[in-house]
Amino acid sequence: MRPLTEAETRAVFEKLSKYIGENIQLLVDRPDGTYCFRLHRDRVYYLSEKLLKLAASVPRDSLVAPGTCFGKFTKTQKFRLSVTALDFLAPYAKYKVWVKPGSEQSFLYGNHVLKSGLGRITENTAQYQGVVVYSMADVPLGFGVAAKSTQDCRKVDPLAIVVFHQADVGEYVRNEDTLT
Amino acid sequence: MAALRVEAVLAAAEEQEAEKRRSITVEKELELEYDLGNLLAMDRNPPPAAALRGAGPRREELLRALARDNTQLLVSQLWGLPAERAGGAGGPLVAQLPEPTFRLPREKPPPKPRPPTRWEQFARLKGIRRKKKTSLVWDEQAKEWRRRWGYKRAGGDPSRAWLAEVPAGADPEEDQFARLRREKRERVARNELNRLRNLARAHRAGKDTVPAAPLHPTGHQDRDELRRVARVARVSTASLGRFQPRLPKEPAEPPSRSGGKKRRFEPLLGNLAAERSRQLELLRDMGSKKPVLDITRAVNKQMRQEEAEAAAANKGKKQSKRGKRGRRQQRPGRSGKKSGGRRQAQQQKPAGGGTGGGRRKKA
Repeated sequence: MRPLTEAETRAVFEKLSKYIGENIQLLVDRPDGTYCFRLHRDRVYYLSEKLLKLAASVPRDSLVAPGTCFGKFTKTQKFRLSVTALDFLAPYAKYKVWVKPGSEQSFLYGNHVLKSGLGRITENTAQYQGVVVYSMADVPLGFGVAAKSTQDCRKVDPLAIVVFHQADVGEYVRNEDTLT
Repeated sequence: MAALRVEAVLAAAEEQEAEKRRSITVEKELELEYDLGNLLAMDRNPPPAAALRGAGPRREELLRALARDNTQLLVSQLWGLPAERAGGAGGPLVAQLPEPTFRLPREKPPPKPRPPTRWEQFARLKGIRRKKKTSLVWDEQAKEWRRRWGYKRAGGDPSRAWLAEVPAGADPEEDQFARLRREKRERVARNELNRLRNLARAHRAGKDTVPAAPLHPTGHQDRDELRRVARVARVSTASLGRFQPRLPKEPAEPPSRSGGKKRRFEPLLGNLAAERSRQLELLRDMGSKKPVLDITRAVNKQMRQEEAEAAAANKGKKQSKRGKRGRRQQRPGRSGKKSGGRRQAQQQKPAGGGTGGGRRKKA
């Protein structure tokens, strides 16, 4: 386990800011405690100082996961956000997409969101903007990338993809053994 | 008694002589291979097995005998070479060695190629190749072949040129001869400067590959050398430089000893407050550089306005056959989305930007 280097921190913050914009400050600088990011076996974890001190006493080979995993660095040093970060992205999300009850299931199985399943979308969403996907009952289901801007969403035909799927809570069941 | 003693002495002397003669001739199964140019003799005979097994005086004796025999053979070969007396009649006998045939490997590593000069890099980039120039040039005035440059060159002796034309845009009062001399001096100086720069570049490039560069006498050391010497001096204390006070402008943390090859990370439980402040600064830098998406927002805003206008206009005119489809078919006829948006976005951009910024904060 080690702290992130400058380049790695930049990559993580850039990815996070695509979804939550400048609200990353609220993650970094919290009033209720000191939280930090640490890297363990190419995965980025978000944990409190207290937990960090406990985890520091565990030998590296036995340590599975300290804190919450936000994502991992791939072999070519690109940062990939995982669904376990959803709890921290959802409250601070800037651009939201609500999905109709009928196509919730489809999204949770890993499919993209079609225009026919789109309930609501935040105004002024740009194309390829990171969005957080909610159900109509405001339950966060996952996150993705807007395939079309809000304007284009209105004009496109019902079977076109409006949100590319990136991660959903169904992965907790599907990828149970690989999630940390 | 005396006879016995004399006989004994004679016998001993004869034995010694025989010993000497015996030692000149050496018997070997295989002939040795000689490279007299290198004073080399190669013995391919298998050594006696008993000689190599186990250490001890026996082995030493056998090895010494082997060495003596081979040396004797080599020396007998040398005596067979043509020889002459060096330095007159009374001088020593010197043999003339033939050319060596055995190729010895390199003693020192081969020299590294020097880095290309600025001109060479440029020429390689542009694909310029060297034009082969003839060494002699026809001189029309002297009506003979003269060399291109140097003594008695083709263009005539420049120091004896008695005429220097004033060029078109030049000051009439200026001394043209002085100008020519000055320009030549400048050209020579620039050439010399570039030559020294190329040398310095080659020297600097070769420096990081050479681990132990010799120190020049004081006054001739360059910056990198002085820094290296200072680092060595700092570390040459009993505590390996840990408690040495630093000069005002020296860097705080010591530079890595492995020369930057091994990665070093921050400590795991280091100063968390400092880490947090660094991350906040990083966020601020990232945030400031992000350009505000004015154009996209302006285009979107414009499209919304157009839609609203179209809806209002359509409400007034026909409503039946115009639905979504009708409006969509009509749209491409209206000179495309983007250009239409841009045309009017340029006028309305400041207003759009102002309200766009305000709306962004709300969302």
